[in-house]
Amino acid sequence: MYQLYEFLRGPGAWIAFTIFFVGLAVRMAFLIGLSKERDKVLYNHFDWSWAWRSIFHWLIPLGSVSFRQQPIFGLVFWVFHVGLLALPLFLGAHNVLWDEAFGISLPSLSDKLADYGTMVVMACLVFLFIRRLARPEVRIISEGWDYLLLILVLAPFLTGFLAYRQIGPYDLMLNLHILTGEVMLILIPFSKLGHIILFFFTRAFIGSEMGARREIEGRLGARTW
Amino acid sequence: MSQTDMEQTAAEAQEHNVKQIKGILEMNKGARFRTWLNICARCGLCADSCFFYLAHDKDPKLSPAYKIKTTLGEMYKRKGQVDREFLTQAKEVVWGQCSVCRRCSMFCPFGIDMASMFMTARAVCNSQGILPAGLARTKQNIIETGNQMAVSNEDWIETCEWMAEEWGEEVVGLNIPVDVKGAKYMYTVNPREPVYYPQDVGMMAIIMYVAEESWCVPTKGWDCTNLAMFCADKAAAAIPVRNMYQAAQELGVEYILMTECGHAYRSGCFEGPYFMDIPGGKPPVKVKHAVQLFVELIREGKIKIDPAKKLKERVTVQDPCNVSRSGGLSEYLRELTLMLCDDFVDMTPNREYNHCCGGGGGFIPMGPEYKKRRMASGKVKADQIKATGAKVVISPCHNCFDQLNDINKEYKLGYKVVSFKELITEMMIIPDKFKPQDEDEEDAGANAESEE
Repeated sequence: MYQLYEFLRGPGAWIAFTIFFVGLAVRMAFLIGLSKERDKVLYNHFDWSWAWRSIFHWLIPLGSVSFRQQPIFGLVFWVFHVGLLALPLFLGAHNVLWDEAFGISLPSLSDKLADYGTMVVMACLVFLFIRRLARPEVRIISEGWDYLLLILVLAPFLTGFLAYRQIGPYDLMLNLHILTGEVMLILIPFSKLGHIILFFFTRAFIGSEMGARREIEGRLGARTW
Repeated sequence: MSQTDMEQTAAEAQEHNVKQIKGILEMNKGARFRTWLNICARCGLCADSCFFYLAHDKDPKLSPAYKIKTTLGEMYKRKGQVDREFLTQAKEVVWGQCSVCRRCSMFCPFGIDMASMFMTARAVCNSQGILPAGLARTKQNIIETGNQMAVSNEDWIETCEWMAEEWGEEVVGLNIPVDVKGAKYMYTVNPREPVYYPQDVGMMAIIMYVAEESWCVPTKGWDCTNLAMFCADKAAAAIPVRNMYQAAQELGVEYILMTECGHAYRSGCFEGPYFMDIPGGKPPVKVKHAVQLFVELIREGKIKIDPAKKLKERVTVQDPCNVSRSGGLSEYLRELTLMLCDDFVDMTPNREYNHCCGGGGGFIPMGPEYKKRRMASGKVKADQIKATGAKVVISPCHNCFDQLNDINKEYKLGYKVVSFKELITEMMIIPDKFKPQDEDEEDAGANAESEE
């Protein structure tokens, strides 16, 4: 068990982070290269102001007409994403690791806040899972992957939570926590989780396309939020 | 599958060109399509934005994401290896369940441009000759004659002359200038006007004449509509656009002025340059919609509205998708409406968030085969109008105009549909210098109000 821990903490982490960063960079480089040839419409009508507003309104809670139509989902969705990003980055225990590996550390969340935060993220995931099953228009388009991804995202939070609370075998939980976290990092560039980067590009495009492109000669562009 | 069915399928398969399908799919598979197809998080938010979904008791099979997944998504998944049976079913989805109104893009967290994806699915079906018969006919007209209703240029000019004569009884010296080099505006119309609504041409002539604008109609390239665009047939869609741009460039006009039509504006202003592969994606001559010009003319005082003639009944205005959401003219519609009536109530939702009337995306010319569906999905618009309590609905789009009239009958709503130019012609003050001298005295009496 300890050998596995050593591997996951050492080379495993380096491999996961390398695949994560290089994978995303390669995917982005490929898409940007392709876009120059086949997506001229993106460059012809691009506009920073519309791009930024199109991104911003979807980053703030209930910033879009769409989410305001389903406010509970909108809020859960927002809290979930904030937790998903903030907890792994600002967790005190992770900060120790950041410091060891890169010699830098971020502000730390208190353990108690992180503990509650983890419960909130897990509750959000359960909500999203149930929503996927319960709403016919969501269920009909959901595939195995969509459910599996929710479980994969839940896994590091659940194992981390159990390890911190010392529920179940601690060593196993800790190893599972690191392993599932690394699996998630590796999957991001190759799955729809790639939206952590791609979101900004698709939003920038549609914001410009429906906003700036329509906005010349006294016309008003359409808000895509 | 029976033996004969299999034989038939085999026979059809020979003319069925998978290579061509693959080509279309590959050509469109740029960074945007790859990203969109991959990152859809299957959140279902697009469903509530779609009027087909809303009008059919929230049938999940009508959500935009599902419709894409089962048409274009499948085409990519099967790498273009789709048979005619599949495409025939897809046809009913991409034309029969989507009006490419682009509303879903505004409700998607990733802003996935689903209309572009439906258009690509349409292009695949169209490439194999699988498309609604009504649209196929108009496309053929465009290829053969350059306009969707096969009106000859001679007939067009004759209509203009006839209308100038007819409406000239009300305004002295009225004429419709033809092919004037260096005019400010080159006026283009929907071929429905010379064919079914010639008075529309007369109304526009009166407005332009009284406003003393520099304008003309072209002998060719006068059709601003583009139904080949809704067939997603790029080569055919380039024909009317090219004719129109060329005419405008030859005449050296400042603007191509368009009649009150929605999809014509989308074609001329936004899609047209891409049909013709114009670098930069902008039209070579600026395009102006009639609604924008009307507002400018009234603001500048070139056209004066008689306050006594303004509509007293409750009025609402239809936001055509291609004028408001995809045209950016929603505020002009409201400003103009307020200039013409006293009691204006907006629909909810409105402006760029409006719902399609149900007649867009090629639905009206798709004909009787699709009418039942058109009436069913028009329920959303019918409910919207009913909620305003309006007795008059102004529509600056020919397709909306027809659909609003049809749902008016279907749902017994009892309103009247009018165009802006009709209202302006009725309400504008004709300056004395344009009034017929002789008839002035006769008309001054009790007969002034009566119709001829």
